[in-house]
Amino acid sequence: MSSVTESRGSQLLAWIDARFPLSKMMREHATEYYAGKNFNFWYVFGVLAMVVLIIQLITGIFLTMNYKPAAADAFASVEYIMRDVEWGWLIRYMHSTGASAFFIVVYLHMFRGMLYGSYKKPRELLWLIGMLIYLALMAEGFFGYLLPWGQMSYWGAQVIISLFGALPVVGDPLVEWIRGDYNISDITLNRFFALHVIAVPLALVMLVVMHILALHETGSNNPDGIEIKENKGADGIPVDGIAFHPYYTAKDLVAIILFLMAFSAVVFFAPEMGGYFLEHANFEPANMLKTPEHIAPVWYFTPFYAILRAVPNKLGGVILMGGAIFVLFLLPWIDRSKVKSIRYRGWGFKAPLAVFAVSFVALGVLGTLPAEGVYTTLARIFSFLYFGFFLYLFIYTGSEQGKPVPDRLTYHG
Amino acid sequence: MIEAIKKNRIGPRLVLKSLAVAAVLLPSMVSASGGGAIIQPAGNDVSDIVSLQRGARNFVNYCAGCHSAKYIRFNKLQEDLQLTEEQVTENLMFAARKTDELMEVAMPADDAGRWFGQAPPDLTLVARSRGSDWVYSFLKSFYLDEDAATGVNNLALPNASMPHVLWELQGMQHATFRVTTDANGAEISHFGDPAYFEHFEMVSEGKLSLEEYDQFVRDIVNFLDWAGTPEQLKRQRLGIWVLIFLFVFLIFAYLLKVEIWKDVK
Repeated sequence: MSSVTESRGSQLLAWIDARFPLSKMMREHATEYYAGKNFNFWYVFGVLAMVVLIIQLITGIFLTMNYKPAAADAFASVEYIMRDVEWGWLIRYMHSTGASAFFIVVYLHMFRGMLYGSYKKPRELLWLIGMLIYLALMAEGFFGYLLPWGQMSYWGAQVIISLFGALPVVGDPLVEWIRGDYNISDITLNRFFALHVIAVPLALVMLVVMHILALHETGSNNPDGIEIKENKGADGIPVDGIAFHPYYTAKDLVAIILFLMAFSAVVFFAPEMGGYFLEHANFEPANMLKTPEHIAPVWYFTPFYAILRAVPNKLGGVILMGGAIFVLFLLPWIDRSKVKSIRYRGWGFKAPLAVFAVSFVALGVLGTLPAEGVYTTLARIFSFLYFGFFLYLFIYTGSEQGKPVPDRLTYHG
Repeated sequence: MIEAIKKNRIGPRLVLKSLAVAAVLLPSMVSASGGGAIIQPAGNDVSDIVSLQRGARNFVNYCAGCHSAKYIRFNKLQEDLQLTEEQVTENLMFAARKTDELMEVAMPADDAGRWFGQAPPDLTLVARSRGSDWVYSFLKSFYLDEDAATGVNNLALPNASMPHVLWELQGMQHATFRVTTDANGAEISHFGDPAYFEHFEMVSEGKLSLEEYDQFVRDIVNFLDWAGTPEQLKRQRLGIWVLIFLFVFLIFAYLLKVEIWKDVK
């Protein structure tokens, strides 16, 4: 490259920088954003969630070009996409696999937060914004699942919307207001489409921007739970910090490719994922006259569905299910330990956290099974453990000692 | 054929109920001593183009009178099954005029609904919603039942109201169910209950031998397997290249990471 073009390039950059903080943003969020150098496997899921979000946004746009949000046409238009639209099957499978992938990476991302105390001061708001993202994601998944207009789309939505009917007084009018009709109909489908493609994605993207801004304000946590900003060198750079770019961009690229390999394996070789990502019953068009014998939501909702069904009383179940999600918002104040990372916390934290993780997975499995006999009993036991964990955590961490936390990160390069 | 059309009706609620029953009972049946397996592996191969061609012919001749496959275009059939336009037009299209038309049923849906209470279901996605093995087993497990309006019942879909359309080919079979005794020693018949099914025996011969009939049904199932996911072969072939590309990309990305991280201590 000649020096003339180079100087033209920098001239252009200077022209932009005088009008828009391009270089400044690059520095603040990439080349001079310092993060602990000891990030492990658990620290890739944030960036992977971004990757999935982008996959969903792009494939979603192309799906919208051929999808018809009308009860009479929706199912057929999806099959049209699968058969007649060039690469339509790829776009659709990427979107359907992306939905499940989103929840997988987000659940792992959230669990990382619990492992290393990422929600603790000063990152409480970061956690709250993240929880709002999770809520928006659940709404997005729920609205989107109605769109193919298959049997499970229809009856799954029927079950979930009817939950609002359990609320006293406002219940029934509320259900009718959500559906816009006396049952789930063309009108419901049309408005769910609007919510799925405009309202919720808009909220999601804005929340993700806020999440990243909040993260870059406080700085990233790390597996040692040490604030690297408290130990800066003479140059003002944290001694244990490395620039996000190029270090973490290079490392994350490896993670992204590994993720894409797993993602592609599903998209190309098992897009139904044994009926968990695309349910078999959903290949039958919605029919309001025939109720399926077994209605189960998609796997990412099943832990909460299991809690709902574990309670004999419908309103009680709804409240407990809502509580199971709400309690996560309070985590920064439930966990009162001064020590962030699990590395410097005792078995009094480790063992219950393991029990909590097992309970969540077990509830997820139970939510896919019929609610009868031993399954109901198990769902009750695991629901008890789920909530018990938070109660225990609040009491235990009031006097938790923890182990001594080192001053510097542990890193074995 | 007309007779078949008139009788062909599958109550949707019944279908689901029996499906659920089958799903719940299947594991116990497989392990039950002396019990016959109801769902058998179809053993079809979607890459077998000749089998797909035969399956398309069988489907058009025996199924398409009542059942549509309305998400498939004839020209897709032509392309994927490696047929000429002439072969498709002359052998597979009866009501349709142009090859870009969908495989609709000749019988109008409104009429079908009025005549049968419920139109026979579209079969494009049946192998996806129920599985190839189920379709294979369904077509093989019609048996004589005097109490049924059609004279036959089905093990995979108890109380199915669809007649045995392929009886001329398969012949008719009789099903034996285990008989139990109650506390007083009285015999209890479990006729028609898949949980007590023991075995089939042929009571009248069909035009095809047992092996030929299995293959005939397998070809239909193969066609329906393709119909449900026509992209599957292309998808898997492409998937291998995508994974190879990503793997090569991974090597370079990893080397890049190692290089960049050299100075991190």
